[in-house]
Amino acid sequence: MADRRPVATEDIDWSAPPATRRAPGRSRRDGGRIGSVEVLAVLLVALVLLRAPIAGLVSAPWLQTWTTVFVSVLVQAVPFLVFGVALSAVIAVFVPRSFWARALPKHPALAVPAAGVAGVVLPGCECGSVPIAGSLIRRGVAPAAALTFLLAAPAINPIVLTATAIAFPNNPGMVLARGVASLAVAVAMGWLWLRLGRADWIRLPHRPHLDDRSRGRAFWAACRHDLMHAGGFLVLGAAAAATINVAVPESWLRGLAGNAVLSVLALTALAVVLSICSEADAFVAASLTQFSLTARLVFLVVGPMVDLKLIAMQSGAFGGRFAARFAPATVVAGVLIGSGVGLVLL
Amino acid sequence: MNRRAQAVVMLLFGGAILRASLSDMYLRFVKQGLRPLLIAAGVLLVVAAAMTLWYDLRPPPREPAGEHGQHDEPGAPHGESVHDEHGGGHGHGHGEPRVGWLLLLPVLGLLLVAPPPLGSYAAGQAGTVLTAQEPDSDYPPLPPGDPAPVTLLDYASRAVFDGGRSLADRKVRLTGFLTPGPGGEPMLARIVLTCCAADGRPIKIGLTGDVPAGLPADTWVRIVGVYSDRTAKDPINDATVPYVEVRSWQQVAAPTEQYE
Repeated sequence: MADRRPVATEDIDWSAPPATRRAPGRSRRDGGRIGSVEVLAVLLVALVLLRAPIAGLVSAPWLQTWTTVFVSVLVQAVPFLVFGVALSAVIAVFVPRSFWARALPKHPALAVPAAGVAGVVLPGCECGSVPIAGSLIRRGVAPAAALTFLLAAPAINPIVLTATAIAFPNNPGMVLARGVASLAVAVAMGWLWLRLGRADWIRLPHRPHLDDRSRGRAFWAACRHDLMHAGGFLVLGAAAAATINVAVPESWLRGLAGNAVLSVLALTALAVVLSICSEADAFVAASLTQFSLTARLVFLVVGPMVDLKLIAMQSGAFGGRFAARFAPATVVAGVLIGSGVGLVLL
Repeated sequence: MNRRAQAVVMLLFGGAILRASLSDMYLRFVKQGLRPLLIAAGVLLVVAAAMTLWYDLRPPPREPAGEHGQHDEPGAPHGESVHDEHGGGHGHGHGEPRVGWLLLLPVLGLLLVAPPPLGSYAAGQAGTVLTAQEPDSDYPPLPPGDPAPVTLLDYASRAVFDGGRSLADRKVRLTGFLTPGPGGEPMLARIVLTCCAADGRPIKIGLTGDVPAGLPADTWVRIVGVYSDRTAKDPINDATVPYVEVRSWQQVAAPTEQYE
């Protein structure tokens, strides 16, 4: 797929330049080459025939637990992914570019906090906010503002803050600390991007050009592309999260809880590898009683912004060079700001 | 992966989601409240697959008067060509939709493997979920009935945080699966779910009195018992594990909604 040769793929977008577009009649068949539909058909027949042996393979308890966790991460994320993709397709196809120029402050340094506050109001899930942020950048929103939205939307919204309040009934300060720290990290990352970020780190994947005459066609093409793309990376992330969930017993963490610095670092690592959705992570944090409140705050700040599932999705949506810089920087910002806010407020 | 294969994958994925959410199968993975969203997402996936096939089977419109309905009016936002990718954005490592093949894995998991709900194995991996809640809150009286039906989480909270006051002089009925405790003795457990099975944490209750014996792990039992002031520590997270004194027990079929 690296070079998208016109003769080698049926996958040319209908809006590709005419020079590379094959005649409509011929593009249906791919002279003698086995296409993906055929591969898919053979694969499916093989799977149905081999159903019993496959089911037998996954009879070990750890493998069954792995499969349950893997499927459940996906099932939980699917509605948010699908609606996020649909919303991002609406942004891409139906919201005029001029809208964003009017809605956000002209100066990017001001657009960043505005995007952060927009993220607070919109109840988003991390799986949905990745394609939305990609769409915003495509529509001319400053990347710094779009990235702030990407971080803020899942981390601080009414649903997440309510869940946090329920999970920590004895520590109402936790809700405030979570909101303040998460917003601060999101805005700080936006400003950091303004200062240090380089446009060529972001590589938005090739997507059907949306200058087609039919908006319906453009809408469904954007949906299809983002679903397959973000969905595929979501599968990668879910598999990684399930592996960690099964392979790393909770008891390993116990030894680290006594030390203030180590406990923050341990829960940071746990937040990254567990990849729990932001509506649920407060309850997991509440159950990690042997850790300090500050360590658990860092867990809540980092988790919705950086985890295995998100790193996979971000490198899919913005390119590996972007994710390799953005994710570690966000972790560092989350740990520093989260610890600082925790020391002051908790 | 061409568009038609993508449509088939989306159709399978949406179909698998719909099949799971229209039966009780989705309860193995997520909470009941997610069902409407799951059905809507499944339908949207199937529609996206259908629309992809529909557009792929007809040639792209060349003229403004193509055969397809809506067209941009002059001055619409898409008049200009939108060049998304920075040059060569698709020229690196993974081709853009190829990662979509991975969506066959959850289809495989949902339609062919159909993994069981989390049980004894997961309960042994994680510490009991019971953690400091409102220690001073007064618990409402137990529900009526003799024995009173209570959830494991409710019993454990009353036993640990209320010192068993609201459990005094009452018989309770608890339903859960058996899981071996730290010393191999059977404990009663259930998985508590907040969002999805990935955040599932066990609630564990120790058993004294007429302890069910000779049953394998993951067997579902319904016990009738009374409050016991005996407690233990879960070695995994140092949380308190309360005990119940079993008066009688019976083996039962696993409930539809296995999580609490």
